[in-house]
Amino acid sequence: MDIIPFLTSCVTALILMSVVELIRRNRLKEKYSLLWLVAAFVMLFFSISRSSLEWLSLLVGIQYPPSFIFILAFLFLIVINVHFSTVISELFEKNKDLTQEVALLRKSLEEKREADN
Amino acid sequence: MSVEGLIIIPAFNEALNIGRVLNDIKTHAPDLDVIVVDDGSTDSTADVAAQCNTDVLRLPHNLGIGGAMQAGYKYAERKGYEMAVQFDGDGQHRADQLEALITPIIHGAADFAIGSRFLGEKAYQGQFARLFGIKILSRVVSLLVGRRITDPTSGFRAANRKVMAFFTRNYPDDYPEPEAVVLLHRAGFRTIEVPVLMRERLSGSSSITSVKAFYYMVKVLLAIMIDMVKRVPMG
Repeated sequence: MDIIPFLTSCVTALILMSVVELIRRNRLKEKYSLLWLVAAFVMLFFSISRSSLEWLSLLVGIQYPPSFIFILAFLFLIVINVHFSTVISELFEKNKDLTQEVALLRKSLEEKREADN
Repeated sequence: MSVEGLIIIPAFNEALNIGRVLNDIKTHAPDLDVIVVDDGSTDSTADVAAQCNTDVLRLPHNLGIGGAMQAGYKYAERKGYEMAVQFDGDGQHRADQLEALITPIIHGAADFAIGSRFLGEKAYQGQFARLFGIKILSRVVSLLVGRRITDPTSGFRAANRKVMAFFTRNYPDDYPEPEAVVLLHRAGFRTIEVPVLMRERLSGSSSITSVKAFYYMVKVLLAIMIDMVKRVPMG
């Protein structure tokens, strides 16, 4: 048996397990883990079944199957980065609203205290 | 002047200037209320302002000029003011020019007024690279909004209640002055420019180098291009 498929299976299985463990410990929101889980499953599938990788890459016209893996990984990284950018933008907006709200509430609290005295 | 107006002064580490600015306003525009928005300063800006018997909004951390200004607009809107005026905390703006700025708002001639250094008989002097950058921005912004805007980076502005409400929902973060002009145009508001006098920078030479001025211009142009493709809710 080839050592490479065995090694890649082990690595992807490890990645899968760490993602699951992070979710279990509440360190990773399910919402954000979905992409990672899908990616890890795809990698695991291809490391176990080399023939399906070869079949798929030839189907899209790629002669060298590992290139197909690189393309998939690259696309995945782009997608997850765009996704993170939108998440950060959303958090930025919420953070700004909260910061402004804290200042406004503090001001009305001060005014109330002055009025009470 | 029977219109209830509020002057919003965003300030980040302006402890040395803010007292003078507040005195200037008290002398020349005693009818207008003032709120200082302390944008998470690390110096005593907020305390100095409070000692001048001025209301202060203290942001728990630094948001940048856009977020600070918007906090002021939210305050003005909730307090029911009819008009809000933007005024710099660094002493560049002159309180004796306020009357000219707010007149079109009070008379309903426009929804938003911008105080321009470049209109009127006494042209503003400044560093060449900076003036050149402003000139290019002015051309682009004028083209986009379909009318002449000579001073798109001016932060000396007045807004009526409608614009105030609009700004509480949409206020640009990065380069709020030129971006806001484009945004207001797209939302269907009427903007007018008013000739005003401003002070030259007090602290000797400006820290803005030619390279920085150029870089600033490019970034603002990009931000405006992005604003043009954004969906804008109508005012």
